[in-house]
Amino acid sequence: MSVETITFGQASNMAMDEAMAADERVIILGEDVADDQGGGVWKATLGLSAKYGTQRVRSTPIAEQAIVGAAVGAALLGYRPVAEIMLMNFITVGMDQLVNHAAKLRFMSGGQSSVPLTIRTASGPGRGFGGQHSDMLEAWFAHVPGLKVVTASSPADAKGLLLACIEDDDPCIFIENTATYRAAGPAPNPGLRLPLGRAHVVRAGSDISLIGYGRPIGDALAVAEDLAKEGIFCEVVDLRTIAPFDRETILTSVAKTRRAVIVHEAVREFGVGAEIASLIHEELFGELKAPCQRVGASFSAVPFSPPLEQAYMVGRAKIEQAARSILN
Amino acid sequence: MTDSDAELGEDVLLDIYRRMVLIHRTDEKFRALITGGELQIIYYSPRGQEMVAAATMAALRADDYLVTTYRGLHDQVAKGVPLPELWAEYAGKVSGTCKGKGGPMHITHPNSGVMVTTGIVGAGLPIANGLALATQLSGEDKVTLCSFGDGASNIGAFHEALNMAAVWRLPVIFLCQNNLFGEHTAFALSTGAKQVVDRADSYGMRGVQVNGNDAWEMYAAASEAAARARTGQGPTLIEAKTFRFMGHVLGDTSHYIPKEQMAAAKAADPVPGFRRLLIERQVPESALDEIDLDVRARVEAAAAFALADAYPDVREIRRDVFKAELAA
Repeated sequence: MSVETITFGQASNMAMDEAMAADERVIILGEDVADDQGGGVWKATLGLSAKYGTQRVRSTPIAEQAIVGAAVGAALLGYRPVAEIMLMNFITVGMDQLVNHAAKLRFMSGGQSSVPLTIRTASGPGRGFGGQHSDMLEAWFAHVPGLKVVTASSPADAKGLLLACIEDDDPCIFIENTATYRAAGPAPNPGLRLPLGRAHVVRAGSDISLIGYGRPIGDALAVAEDLAKEGIFCEVVDLRTIAPFDRETILTSVAKTRRAVIVHEAVREFGVGAEIASLIHEELFGELKAPCQRVGASFSAVPFSPPLEQAYMVGRAKIEQAARSILN
Repeated sequence: MTDSDAELGEDVLLDIYRRMVLIHRTDEKFRALITGGELQIIYYSPRGQEMVAAATMAALRADDYLVTTYRGLHDQVAKGVPLPELWAEYAGKVSGTCKGKGGPMHITHPNSGVMVTTGIVGAGLPIANGLALATQLSGEDKVTLCSFGDGASNIGAFHEALNMAAVWRLPVIFLCQNNLFGEHTAFALSTGAKQVVDRADSYGMRGVQVNGNDAWEMYAAASEAAARARTGQGPTLIEAKTFRFMGHVLGDTSHYIPKEQMAAAKAADPVPGFRRLLIERQVPESALDEIDLDVRARVEAAAAFALADAYPDVREIRRDVFKAELAA
């Protein structure tokens, strides 16, 4: 690839392409994923069936239990299925397969079974899709022992993380963002893969840690830029892997800054932010200058009406407000 | 119509008999130890359904795959899971097939082809499709048998899985062991279709109904379905009519089963019935006695092994969650 920038969608395509070229056990399942059906509603798989055939890139019925179940079964025999669940809310239909089977079969079999599947699924508020096409449900999956949950804040990261998910021997949920699907960023080098379970300090700073993942990392960086003009230096930590998350990088950052704001697009209550805040409080309580702050979406279904959806969402203003609230 | 009148050779009949007796003795011994207080485990007896598993597994190859359910002891034994490891797993002991981490509802033993035992009604069917998809893609002529009860035919996963299997002509056999009760509810009270096999048509799938307690009918149906699957002729739904004598879970008094129905079912008990038929067909009684004695000794030895075996080390809770052991 010689293009200088790629979109998140192209990043996913590139990761799957590389994985399929390298390993014939990599197969793709999902609604409309083959080229004749359009290469998926997000076009993320466009061109792959032409290159690898419709045996390996299979359009499925609209049947998420069957899709995830087929991925589980094929994975048990050594295949590396990448199942596209068009939108994250639709995974609720396949939740039994994911939670009771994909996540647990290694443990319940005493290590005999391996389920190296990847679920790619997209979501996120901000596109006017309403209450059943926009939820961020990562905390549900992070709560299940046996699942790895991964999301990217840049196209290059997306490519490196998705490739790592496909090559990983545990079941991975790779979350894409509908609102930034066509956003572009610097293209990664071919072959790039990023290690799972490692966070990334995107911007170094000394006064406050802004910890998050996915789309809000861009907002956090913008807030950091603004506050830097006032002499307040934010460290921005991108988890990259939500579960199992990188304790060391989080604690190292907050031990230095002694203040933390955790941000995610999912609703604040019972979210990933609560887990990270607890970790920080448990490990660094005496060293903190202020309690951790959590920024998340409002506790409601994702609203349709534009002003309501905007009010529901996190964004720069809420992150900045939370940061300022603990800066004295 | 299956070729149910075809005569089976004495070697096949004795093979079926051995599997049936092995199931029967194993089940009897489990119930004796549980009711005697020597073993405290949740237990779903397959009593009454022995022939379905014995004849079906005799018709399959050792390297074919099986997905079964929590009432799966008969399937597991007949498929060839080694008795000591099977017993130890049921007892939660370290030498169990799954190091004691799965238990009676989650037996896995890939060396015998037992890939998944699920405690979730209907969940095995979508996974069986995935196993079948894997063998189809790799060009192996293995068959995947998915065993489940009549209750599972009313859950969504059944519908999604049968449809997908038909669309993709997967080498899978869906074996519905219709024991006429789902938990405590009679078949007719829970199922709109008159019989499970009627549903095959609606998926464009071949359907066969047999008396599951009849060795000849059951063996013929399973053989034919397996031969079709191996030669690319797609899936079959087999409805095997049978009955369960010990209720849903051990301790269930079966108060909801009419006495006359239970009496009629017990009069058609396949275990003494098959022995009688073999003797009528001039199979030497001494050969049957020899099998009985051998099986009894094997079951006693396996039970003693399991009772004497150690429990797993508690460190096992950190192993097999992911491929890499969790940090302490």
